[in-house]
Amino acid sequence: MSPVGASRQLEIKIARKAFRTASGEVREVLRDFSTSLAVGKVHALVGPSGYGKTTLLRIVIGLDRDFEGAVALPPGTKIGMVFQEPRLLPWRSVLDNLRLAAPQASEANLLRIATDLGIAGHLRYFPGELSLGLARRVALARAFAVNPNFLVLDEPFVSLDEALAMRLGDELMALVEHTEVTTLLVTHDIDEAIRLADHIMLLGGRPAKIVADFDIALPRAAMTADYAAKIKAEIGAVIAEAVA
Amino acid sequence: MLLRILSLLLLIAIWQVASMLAASRLLPEPLAVVDVMLREARSGALFFNLGTTLARVAISFALAMFFGTVFGVLMGRSVTLDRLGDPWLVVLLNLPALVIIVLAYIWIGLTDTAAILAVALNKLPNATVTIREGARSLDAGLEEMATVFAMPWQTRLRHVLLPQLAPYIAAATRSGLSIVWKIVLVVELLGRSNGVGFEIGTAFQVFNVALLLAYALPFVGIMLAIESFIVQPFEQHVSRWRIKTA
Ligand SMILES: Nc1ncnc2c1ncn2[C@@H]1O[C@H](COP(=O)(O)OP(=O)(O)OP(=O)(O)O)[C@@H](O)[C@H]1O
Ligand SMILES: [Mg+2]
Repeated sequence: MSPVGASRQLEIKIARKAFRTASGEVREVLRDFSTSLAVGKVHALVGPSGYGKTTLLRIVIGLDRDFEGAVALPPGTKIGMVFQEPRLLPWRSVLDNLRLAAPQASEANLLRIATDLGIAGHLRYFPGELSLGLARRVALARAFAVNPNFLVLDEPFVSLDEALAMRLGDELMALVEHTEVTTLLVTHDIDEAIRLADHIMLLGGRPAKIVADFDIALPRAAMTADYAAKIKAEIGAVIAEAVA
Repeated sequence: MLLRILSLLLLIAIWQVASMLAASRLLPEPLAVVDVMLREARSGALFFNLGTTLARVAISFALAMFFGTVFGVLMGRSVTLDRLGDPWLVVLLNLPALVIIVLAYIWIGLTDTAAILAVALNKLPNATVTIREGARSLDAGLEEMATVFAMPWQTRLRHVLLPQLAPYIAAATRSGLSIVWKIVLVVELLGRSNGVGFEIGTAFQVFNVALLLAYALPFVGIMLAIESFIVQPFEQHVSRWRIKTA
């Protein structure tokens, strides 16, 4: 509770989040979702489709304030966000999309990020001229370019082929190792979560909350095949129990 | 293009033949009209009156577009403002241009302020309705993106909001210009002592059709030129990213 301790965590406490549907009924999506994200670590949120992962992210980054609870981001938090859809400005070139989001980034820096993510050859294209995979990479580049201290990713590697998903995962790892950016990664791919995260939260139940928490003792580069298999078995057991 | 020119030449030829057959002061030959035009041009009256009218067009058009865009965006984005403003819009839309013009002259006086205001008020509801349509279809996802990335309002205006509104602004410009330049003439006829509309009124009083056409034709020509060399290229420019994706 000391000021120093508080600034090392991002506190997320959502007592209740409900939507009122067009037909007038109230649908409760999240209840008693509570966690604190250690600064500089990668936190993966894993859960099935429709359980409120995107809803949670929107609350965390301040787009949705209609909920019971509190989210405390340290002052001066610079958010880099990858939405579930690319959300690029269709009337601006790829390079301009990066520049507009990250006006303080140098051209050299933008070019380096674009090269790392394999879009350097597409900087003059308009988003409508990109494949979905390329557009996702631009969205990723945009989030990296703002030099964030809080990186939020909503299923960033969905619909990419496995090799590319691996490669972009590696780029994400490099960025995290390099800048120690606090990362909240939503995915429904358990292997991906194990490969990338320090901390895995399993979302379950209706309304949803965290049903299990895993701290990865040997994250990323330190990961071994045995350890990965062990964590996966643990997660599998929790999921099997939840279904039973 | 060639076909258009041919068709225009044909029109002039018919005019020539008709005027020769009629042999009346009320249907002068094309060359007679050109004569009057040159005379008015030499005395400077043509340019003065054209300039005056164009200035009125420009100012009232700019006013209507500016306020129409502001009101349209506000009404398109706020249900409350839309409910508040909508009855006003309906009234303005259904008020005949002549009523607005006459009232403006009565309440404000026979001044340029009244003239410009009357024209702008005639155009305002159309612009507002068109822009409101655009504001209603704004992409919420892009707005959220701009918020999360903490884009300053200038960036949001120029790169997020206006590009989405651009097709609607272009549509409002095209329809607006054609409303404005027709109404301006009526306004001038009724309450100003210069401008193309006033000259046409004078020509009407003495049934001087040559003088009437000498003023009307260059004015129409200028408006058509603005339409095809400024408005249409602007429209193409703002939608170039769309064309490329096709
Ligand atoms: N604006 C809304 N109004 C009503 N219900 C909503 C709204 N947004 C989301 N929901 C509901 O909330 C639930 C959670 O949605 P959310 O988009 O957060 O799921 P998700 O976990 O991100 O799913 P996916 O993996 O498919 O992206 C869903 O049942 C959805 O129908
Ligand atoms: Mg989602």
